[in-house]
Amino acid sequence: MTTATVTSAGTTTTAAASTGPAGAAVRRARRRSAGLGLLAWAAGIAFALPVAWMALTSLHSEPDAATNPPSLTAALTLDGYRAFFDSGGGTGPWPALINSATASLVSTLLVLCLALPAAYALSIRPVRKWTDVMFFFLSTKMLPVVAGLLPVYLFAKNAGLLDNIWLLVILYTSMNLPIAVWMLQSFLADVPVSIIEAAQVDGAGLPTVLTRIVAPIAGPGIAATVLICFIFSWNEMLFARVLTGVTAQTAPVFLTGFVTSQGLFLAQLCAASVVVSLPVLAAGFAAQDKLVQGLSLGAVK
Amino acid sequence: MTLTVNTATRPPSSPPRAARVRRGGPRAWATRAPLLPALVFLVAVTQLPFVATLVISLFDWNSLDPGARRVAWFENYATVVTDADLRASVVTTALLTTTVVLASVLLGLLLALLLDRSFRGRGFVRTLLITPFLLVPVSAALLWKHALYNPEYGLLNGAWTWIAGLFGDDTPTQPEWISDTPLLAVEAALIWQWTPFMMLILLAGLQSRPPEIMEAARLDGAGTWQTFRYLTLPHLRRYLELGILLGSIYIVQNFDAVFTVTSGGLGTANLPYTIYQTFYQAHEYGLASAAGVVVVIGTIVLATFALRVVSSLFTEEAGRS
Repeated sequence: MTTATVTSAGTTTTAAASTGPAGAAVRRARRRSAGLGLLAWAAGIAFALPVAWMALTSLHSEPDAATNPPSLTAALTLDGYRAFFDSGGGTGPWPALINSATASLVSTLLVLCLALPAAYALSIRPVRKWTDVMFFFLSTKMLPVVAGLLPVYLFAKNAGLLDNIWLLVILYTSMNLPIAVWMLQSFLADVPVSIIEAAQVDGAGLPTVLTRIVAPIAGPGIAATVLICFIFSWNEMLFARVLTGVTAQTAPVFLTGFVTSQGLFLAQLCAASVVVSLPVLAAGFAAQDKLVQGLSLGAVK
Repeated sequence: MTLTVNTATRPPSSPPRAARVRRGGPRAWATRAPLLPALVFLVAVTQLPFVATLVISLFDWNSLDPGARRVAWFENYATVVTDADLRASVVTTALLTTTVVLASVLLGLLLALLLDRSFRGRGFVRTLLITPFLLVPVSAALLWKHALYNPEYGLLNGAWTWIAGLFGDDTPTQPEWISDTPLLAVEAALIWQWTPFMMLILLAGLQSRPPEIMEAARLDGAGTWQTFRYLTLPHLRRYLELGILLGSIYIVQNFDAVFTVTSGGLGTANLPYTIYQTFYQAHEYGLASAAGVVVVIGTIVLATFALRVVSSLFTEEAGRS
């Protein structure tokens, strides 16, 4: 008698039978399963290899980083990081990093303030034609950035807003607003309306409903939305490059100005890349579960 | 003389009270009010610049010679269509987008299939696989350009030297990735970054397959390939469409990789880069705006399809919950 259990992928494992033709088939299936698991591991390592290489190179000294073939076992040192933090004319990358942090955090906060009420009006107490509104939000996201770049630049130049971090804050807010509205709408729609109605019948006002019912259920989704908006703001380079100069320079723009043609710089460059990417890597890993929902604008759960 | 009063007719402007919907009532506005700040903000910051772009595209305007500015109607659009460089960048954009999207969808599908089964360390492998997508795009492009592609000290050439050394060849000819195959170099960097995106979407699609149907097919004796072809692929179709369309929309607008890896040289300039160059370096404002409008029109075509796919997935989710 063999017992069959169904795993999530639909493959069956059987207990007890390990001899005979049935046993051979089981062993073949198990070997194939293990082989595919190994293949998955190989793929994961292959994809992460460049990043691991970048991290390793950032910990090498400049001569060691530039050897051909690559030296995997060279001594580890923090010289690259030290050089990076000393660069940029003595102040290091801190102004750029602070600018990026300001632009990303403030714009994400603004996005939250604008998108939460909007998502509420599109999910829990929907306006009529809410699908049309949703698609309007989405269509603004699909407009290429380059199409609006020039007028924004001209406006900024005439209004004296060039090289000003707050202009970037406003632009990033508009960039992330559609994504946030779509994501928050799908998360808020998960809150059962019947519970809200029951609470309102019991006399709960809007603040109570928001803090006691909506927040716990939609909390993780709101957190994921915040993280994804932060990531997109931090990564943005085209607007930042065109609209900022020295004062409001953000981290990605700082990175592009980093490559010199004199001397060795690979370790420093890798150190710079690691430092600039660290916040978004952390945010991305934290939001991992809800990442798909965010990337597909809430269409995929 | 008889008077007949037709009591059945009503004037069209006042429908029966019971059926009238109070469209302008305070209740309706209270529901709409939370939506307005976001809508107004978005219209102001995205639509107004686009209208301005449309207007500027009708001018012949070089900011280095502002006195010569004049209305040129559709001359700029004619230039966009006839100028060899701009046409080349349209072709490059199409080529780049198609290659990157198709390759990353295929690769993403394979990886999603691998990740769909449970095995030891599955969560960790998934984290490894999404890492490329989480790097800052400029970082990733710099990584590929200097740490991987560079013929003197890049990882790829270093590995090649090491492998050749194993066979006794101490000074093998070093391939020059960026100079020899510039577009391929940019595409490889983008495929590396975008495969995780496709993989995540397709994985979600695979995991939303109804298990009873898969089980029933297996019990009926369907082989792996048959199950894949007749059950999995049709189910995945909407997710494939979503991945392809969303990916296309993002990659058409890609600027960071082209700017960093090749600075648009060697035939890799795509439309966003060309527009940036036309406006930022050549200061041809009218021409850059016209090219921008062309990009928008192309994206609208893509976006119409994308919206349809998103809406069908949307209604399915709504129907399910």
